[in-house]
Amino acid sequence: MSLVPLTRRAFLGSMASAALVDPAAAAPAILTRPIPSSGEALPLVGLGSWITFNVGNDPVARESCAEVMRAFFAAGGRMIDSSPMYGSSQGVIGEGLKKIGANAFSADKVWISSGPRGPAQIEASRNFWGVPKFDLLQVHNLLAWEEHLRTLAAMKAAGQVRYVGITTSEGRRHGDFEKIMRTHPLDFVQLSYNILDREAEQRILPLARERGMAVIINRPFREGDLIRKIARKPLPSFAAEIGAPSWAQLILKFIISHPAVTCAIPATTRVDHVQENMAAARDPLPDAAMRARIVAYVEKL
Amino acid sequence: MSEWWTYTLTDFLLFSARTYYRLFELYNAAVWPLQLVTLALGAAVLILMLRGGAWSGRVVAAILALLWLLVAWAYLLERYDTINWAARYFAVAFAAQAALLLWTGVIRGRLRFDANTAKIGAAFVLYALAIHPLIAPLTGRPWVQAEIFGLAPDPTTIATLGMLLAVTRPLWLLFVIPFLWCVLTGLTLWAMESAEAPVAPIAAAIAAMMAAWKSRSRSRLAD
Repeated sequence: MSLVPLTRRAFLGSMASAALVDPAAAAPAILTRPIPSSGEALPLVGLGSWITFNVGNDPVARESCAEVMRAFFAAGGRMIDSSPMYGSSQGVIGEGLKKIGANAFSADKVWISSGPRGPAQIEASRNFWGVPKFDLLQVHNLLAWEEHLRTLAAMKAAGQVRYVGITTSEGRRHGDFEKIMRTHPLDFVQLSYNILDREAEQRILPLARERGMAVIINRPFREGDLIRKIARKPLPSFAAEIGAPSWAQLILKFIISHPAVTCAIPATTRVDHVQENMAAARDPLPDAAMRARIVAYVEKL
Repeated sequence: MSEWWTYTLTDFLLFSARTYYRLFELYNAAVWPLQLVTLALGAAVLILMLRGGAWSGRVVAAILALLWLLVAWAYLLERYDTINWAARYFAVAFAAQAALLLWTGVIRGRLRFDANTAKIGAAFVLYALAIHPLIAPLTGRPWVQAEIFGLAPDPTTIATLGMLLAVTRPLWLLFVIPFLWCVLTGLTLWAMESAEAPVAPIAAAIAAMMAAWKSRSRSRLAD
């Protein structure tokens, strides 16, 4: 899978409303990977919204979420991921998009045990986001996946959504996940993968490459737990060789350097963190030998 | 839920501690000076419990029913539901507790206070009124985030447990929802790594032991 540097010009050109984002702040050369089913380039780092964007009606917190989104787009980000499970996050994203006037790659989920109630939930989510249609809809945690996948396939055929996928997290139901990947024509799969939880390397990630599916990696920092655990330890000297001045960047670079991974979606409430995360999606990325060194170092800690 | 054993408590946490406590800050600002009214009602509950008398049980039950309804509507439904989609179900449970208080305490008049245990119950109410709001400043948060009796669920629940300890015969049905809430709020605060996480579960455990002890000593007296 090839890596395509997204230049500032390409980035601005790719965004319909780029004029509304401060062009001076747009960072050059964010690395992208193509979505296998379409070839569309997606920046290697996106933005998650679990917990961080669920701030209710708090006007101060909603404004600060919009600032995080503004910094994300300014740094060349595109994909924002949410779910009806994440409380007020969808509405917070919608408000932020409206304020900034930006065009996100909108990734949301259907999460309801009743199949027939799926379309109404998707429509409610779309209204919260304020988008004409979602770019990607995923079945959240495989809940009622057979019925929802039928709905999503029909929506895709009717041009009401561009891509379809499934999600899991923390290594749950990888057996079922694999089965669905083998039997259904999915554009995307979303799962957890990080420097300490590498089970996906064995089967899911190779299968995604084989089946031509884009891969979104959630919980790259294990909800910050990973950073808290290893941040006190010294950063290895070889981190400088891959342009990672912090543990957060090293952890992200490790994830997105896996050739099957299309995009990692760290969530944050801070502008400096989103900028740091986006900076990880720049050259150089670790090669296979460097990835092995990172694993060996972290496992010794 | 499949593979339930793989879930940890934090998998169910939908919001950060900062968002959770900001909710109380914005709530307190929006309802001010209602805090003075609910605290005055709390003081009335305390006095009536200690004084006893023919109508005290009915008045205390009416006050607490009103406040459980207020928490259900103003906090759980109007505020907490904006960050926790399960809050609407909690609101139903709080409204059910209000209905139980009305039925048992106001209509059937089953709340009669016992001078011997009223003092222990009063300690719970006093804690809910005066000590619980101090958790915010004591744990380094601004005092405007204080959880006030009659407006926030935790102190309202703890005070209600105290009231239930003060009645002559344990009304077990009225303990159920406060117990469940104490467990739930303890788990939520624990998942957020909040220092006060053990407070409500400990209050529930003490109340359960006291009520069980009282129930046993009553049945011994009856023998």
